[in-house]
Amino acid sequence: MVMGDMQMSTDLLVIGGGPGGYGAAFRAADLGLDVIMVDPLPRPGGLCLHKGCIPSKTFLHVTELIIDAARAEKMGIGFGRPKIDLAAMRAWKEQVIDSIANSLITLAKQRGVLLVQGTARFESSTSVRISGADISGVRFKHCIIATGSRPLELSGTPRIAGGRIMDSAAALTLPDIPKNLLVVGGGYVGLELGSIYAALGCQVTLLERENRLLAQVDADLVQPVQERLSSLFADIRFGVQVDALEEQSHGVTVSLPRDGKIEQHQFDRALLAIGRIPNSGELGLEQTEVQIDSRGFIQIDAQQQTTDARIFAVGDVVGGVMLAHKATREGRIAAEVIAGQKSGFDARALPAVVYTDPQISWCGLTEQQATAENTPYAVRKFPWKYSSRAQTMGITDGFTKLLTDPQTGRILGAGIAGRNAESLISEAALAIEMGALAEDLALTIHPHPTLSETEAEAAEIFQGSPTHMLPSRK
Amino acid sequence: MTTSFRLPDLGEGVHEAEILALPVTIGQAVAEGDVIMEIETDKAAVEIPSPYTGTVQEIMVKVGDMAVVGDVLITFATDTVQDTAPPPGDGSPHQKKKEAKPADQQPAAQERKRSPVPASPSTRRLARELDVDLYAVTPTGTGGIVTKEDVEAYAKKKPALDATGTVPEPPAPAEPTPAEAAPPLPAGRTTLPDFSRWGKIERRPFRSIRRATAAQMTSSWTQIPHVHCQDDVDITKLEAFRQKHKSEIEAAGGRLTMTLFAIKAVATALKNYPYFNASLDLQSQEIIIKRFFNIGIAVDTEKGLMVPVIKDVDRKSIKELAVEVHGAIERVRTGTHSREEMQGGTFTITNAGALGGSHFSAIINHPEVAILGLGQGRMQPAVVTDERGRHEIVPRLIMPIVLCFDHRVVDGADAVRFLRLVIDALEDPDELLMTMI
Repeated sequence: MVMGDMQMSTDLLVIGGGPGGYGAAFRAADLGLDVIMVDPLPRPGGLCLHKGCIPSKTFLHVTELIIDAARAEKMGIGFGRPKIDLAAMRAWKEQVIDSIANSLITLAKQRGVLLVQGTARFESSTSVRISGADISGVRFKHCIIATGSRPLELSGTPRIAGGRIMDSAAALTLPDIPKNLLVVGGGYVGLELGSIYAALGCQVTLLERENRLLAQVDADLVQPVQERLSSLFADIRFGVQVDALEEQSHGVTVSLPRDGKIEQHQFDRALLAIGRIPNSGELGLEQTEVQIDSRGFIQIDAQQQTTDARIFAVGDVVGGVMLAHKATREGRIAAEVIAGQKSGFDARALPAVVYTDPQISWCGLTEQQATAENTPYAVRKFPWKYSSRAQTMGITDGFTKLLTDPQTGRILGAGIAGRNAESLISEAALAIEMGALAEDLALTIHPHPTLSETEAEAAEIFQGSPTHMLPSRK
Repeated sequence: MTTSFRLPDLGEGVHEAEILALPVTIGQAVAEGDVIMEIETDKAAVEIPSPYTGTVQEIMVKVGDMAVVGDVLITFATDTVQDTAPPPGDGSPHQKKKEAKPADQQPAAQERKRSPVPASPSTRRLARELDVDLYAVTPTGTGGIVTKEDVEAYAKKKPALDATGTVPEPPAPAEPTPAEAAPPLPAGRTTLPDFSRWGKIERRPFRSIRRATAAQMTSSWTQIPHVHCQDDVDITKLEAFRQKHKSEIEAAGGRLTMTLFAIKAVATALKNYPYFNASLDLQSQEIIIKRFFNIGIAVDTEKGLMVPVIKDVDRKSIKELAVEVHGAIERVRTGTHSREEMQGGTFTITNAGALGGSHFSAIINHPEVAILGLGQGRMQPAVVTDERGRHEIVPRLIMPIVLCFDHRVVDGADAVRFLRLVIDALEDPDELLMTMI
């Protein structure tokens, strides 16, 4: 890198320091490229680390402790009412973020990746201006855009920073525990954050436009969560379209039609979780050949290359499933392609997890997708009531299901509803990526008693002889 | 919109196929899955289902044509845009860049959603690195999984595709062996009478190895003035020697055949007469003498004549060669040979003896200069003369031998000397051992 007139040159400029951005930057540095990564936040990690996945999972862990403590009463152990110290919870969350962010900084330094705090805007296909930083611009041979996404807002509702209408990031600052909270949107963000607030003692009302929660997820997987949340939340209403919210000094009002009349409801706070939109508008893409679609997602090919040969894009800003691990993989692929390797996105099992209680996870083919695409499949479920381990933990409402190719028996997809689904799904993901048959999974010895056994037992159903349940007689 | 159907990758080093049947006509409505053509490679005849639903707009080939992988064969007018939405980045704004990146151009058939080939992520990465289409690889893993080894083996056999997706011209001078390369046959087709007027006939396809062999033989016979030089070899002693050592070679995994002794004898003869280990380069008006000794072995297989090449025979023992030749024959018979082991020959040996053949003439494997043929060793009355000059008729094992040579490069006298050296070595195992280089 050459310094001069506060303008720098580099092999690779990465715009955005989230999992897609740092995944790309680190991989490129490991492949010998000179890398600069620019992000408006002072430390790398992006939304995921600072305002998304990590803070929410920190709080969801606490939530799980509260729920487990309550569940322990019937197992003979009483903890009494939890004492909640919000300031301490916030400090604990900050400590977690600090630890991860600092290790990312160390990893970047050791690799020679230069971190720049600022906002980049293209001025051509080979250069950006940077505002808010010591460096005024960067000339690059290649650029990777990893600017992510932001919460979608209601067009009729201006949101004030620090106000009572919150987005997910604001909700995770945990300003207080309101007496009641309105959650707009029954996607994973609404469910996870709603669960945190409800576990902390808040009356949560959730409004969902569709007729069930997590409309994109197979209905059977959602069922156990929907049941559990019906008791955790004060109210869940479906088929409700919220067009506007009204913020007052003491609360938030929502107007809902009921029996032909408009009813007004008052909440202490509201959380908007109705989707996410790509951060592609402020990048100055019109100065480049990069093309975006009607929704603002940057168009790319299997090598993550945009329509501008020097510019690549990864993560939420290119659309698809908006998940950190997808962004990281895409970032690594973009870096490899730029470094001259033959790389490409060909993953077959992209796992997704909803961190509710019980958790939901799935990967590969889903029943919804198979039905929509007319893909033939066979499906078998192993209910956790037959799992000894689930019995010991008192969590028998989950199940493990496998989708296979009816002709070859090859595993195409998996879905798990239940405790620790987040970890259990990876075995199925590996099986799918390796092209394993259900028989392979059935013949792999699983330790007893574990929840992982449920995957082997689900596979054994395909073989007609699961150990812990009776085979169906057809 | 118009969609092109291209000849898909057929796998296993097959880069062209013959159009056997075209059951569709222009203007015909075709549904996805309908058979639109039947093609044949040297592997098998395959019915090709239509990947599209639409109307046949144009047919670029006719029955009997040879088509190369990637060739547009039929175009379809499809009424709707592809029923599966193209993945992000595959839309029209990409056209400009696609043109700049020819590596991205795939046959149209592959753009459709197919169920993925079972293969582990690392195998898929390797395939991408080696430019191997997983759909073309024959899987050997359990349940049809393509393994890393399958991809490696396929990449070895696969002809290099240039950017336009066509097979590059083989480097000149071409070095074809019958099974591997098929220069087009001369077009001069004479009209044949209608034989069915005189009785029942049956038409059989003339293609793949048969066709490749024909092309190679035509080129050889029309370019090379062939001359044959015949003789007999008394292999009585050699046969005794062979019987004595047969089992130890078998224990080592080889087969001790007359061909092996011939390979060693020929290696010695080639070193003494290097013009028999040469090629004539008419373009540069030079004779290329090769300082390596790679012997092609003609093998009769179910599919036809194949000539695997045994490399550097002068540097290998009979035992080593016995194992190697046996392995090569097994591989060509089972179709598991690689492209490499069919190339690089400098001289060929053909042994008709095992099939019971006696005297015959052989055709040179162009661009080599000569070929040695062995017939069946048979007990025959032979006149032997003892040290006192007395004659006696005794039964001896006599093998016919023939050397066919390119008279442009070598003369009859050279051929007789060459053959004499081979015969002397074969008649006396001690001599073979002493002269063996």
